[in-house]
Amino acid sequence: MIRFLEFAGRPLVFFVEECGRIMLLLLSTISWAFRPPFRFRIIFKQMEFVGVNSVGVVLITGAFTGMVLALQTYHGFKMFGGESLVGSTLALAMTRELGPVFTALMVTGRVGSAMAAELGTMKVTEQIDALNTMSVNPVQYLVMPRITAAILMLPVLTIISDFVGIVGGYFVGVNLLKINSGIFIAKIIDIVELDDIYNGLIKAAFFGLILSLVGCYKGIYTIGGAEGVGRATTQSVVLSSILIFISDYFLTAVMF
Amino acid sequence: MINLIKITKSFNTQKVLDELDLNIDPEKITVIIGQSGGGKSVLLKHIIGLIRPDSGQIIIDGIDISNLNDKKLNEVRKKFGMLFQDAALFDSMTVGENVAFPLNEHTRLSKKEVNKTVNEKLNLVGLKNVTHKMPSELSGGMRKRVGLARAIALDPKIVLFDEPTTGLDPIMRESVDELIVATQKRTKATFVIISHDIESAFTIAHKVAMLYQGKIVAVGTPDEIRSSNNSFVKRFIKDLRGQGSGIRD
Repeated sequence: MIRFLEFAGRPLVFFVEECGRIMLLLLSTISWAFRPPFRFRIIFKQMEFVGVNSVGVVLITGAFTGMVLALQTYHGFKMFGGESLVGSTLALAMTRELGPVFTALMVTGRVGSAMAAELGTMKVTEQIDALNTMSVNPVQYLVMPRITAAILMLPVLTIISDFVGIVGGYFVGVNLLKINSGIFIAKIIDIVELDDIYNGLIKAAFFGLILSLVGCYKGIYTIGGAEGVGRATTQSVVLSSILIFISDYFLTAVMF
Repeated sequence: MINLIKITKSFNTQKVLDELDLNIDPEKITVIIGQSGGGKSVLLKHIIGLIRPDSGQIIIDGIDISNLNDKKLNEVRKKFGMLFQDAALFDSMTVGENVAFPLNEHTRLSKKEVNKTVNEKLNLVGLKNVTHKMPSELSGGMRKRVGLARAIALDPKIVLFDEPTTGLDPIMRESVDELIVATQKRTKATFVIISHDIESAFTIAHKVAMLYQGKIVAVGTPDEIRSSNNSFVKRFIKDLRGQGSGIRD
């Protein structure tokens, strides 16, 4: 019986330990964020990597998400003559949910994985130890700028995603499905409130924290050479994606 | 300068260091030799505070670093430079940026002065016209030279070496050994080297310490160790010679 409980409890112990280490890394990051030297140059460099370099991916996914949503909702609403609601439904879905979540998932794949791989490689090649020996704290030098950049840039990317999603939906709705342009826009203005947009952006910032924290955590705890780096990269993407979906539910429940 | 007093360290159930005692003389080259997997790297990481002991004291210039907080430990670490086994150069930076890194972090030198120091240190380790190269463009021996240039950039009082000749061909090994001796003579720093390359140790060391089963079992000049009649020391040297010098710890 005890052996069974040990066997069954092992994943739980691992999970609790993992959560504890992630929280400790977060606390350490927060404490180092307010201590000099302030590493603005590295933060800006990371903002370019997380934000500017992700714009292309976000434009494509945002636009096509809006387009396909317009297509799907049009056919549903048409059944009861509610085609005029396509614009507002699309805008609500993009600003509240799809903009932040899809942006976060795309950035997780592009940036979270790169963070885990870069820091993991630095760990297994002793570059992180080298930082320590040169009296440079790796959390302040490597982790804090990445997390700060992700928290700042995810909302910006989400604004872009929301915008191109709505424009993509407008293009499909008005040009292809022949919904009246004035009604499409008027319904968006009527129904979508600023709070919908703000709350979506708060979600995006939170997702930025999750994907960068998990990416950095998996990176700096990498063990086992090249294979370990590969494993850390995969785990960071899977864990971040799961946490984004779970936290999305709870954030939505609290905010809306 | 460096005193290790009854250092004990275990990982899970395996005791790696067992009440180890060692005094390291200032301004000399001390080589700690031991078998692969014998805890040499762990010992070196204790000296610079990357690993904390389960018990015992690590005294650096009169300060016990075994329980220091991170801030105070970072202050003590400024006395150190360290050359890692594979040099641990930052692969996203050029050679020049790597050597300049500690200068930019811990001094207020102008860009011109930093560049001058970088060139000086690279010249000291026998490298020219490499400042704009990336670490991936360098050979193993050159990477170690750049690693050494970075380690001595701030003119540290203590320089640690983790298996400096591992993975190098015999000619390059000799060249790195000569570089270590020449650099120590010019900088007058305390060099602590861990190695399982017994021949190299006898060539460059002022003092050799033998690590076996978590303890320092013999300490002396190369001549004292070489001519020792102690059967254990003789067997130890024979084992290390048999192990070869291309195996990693």
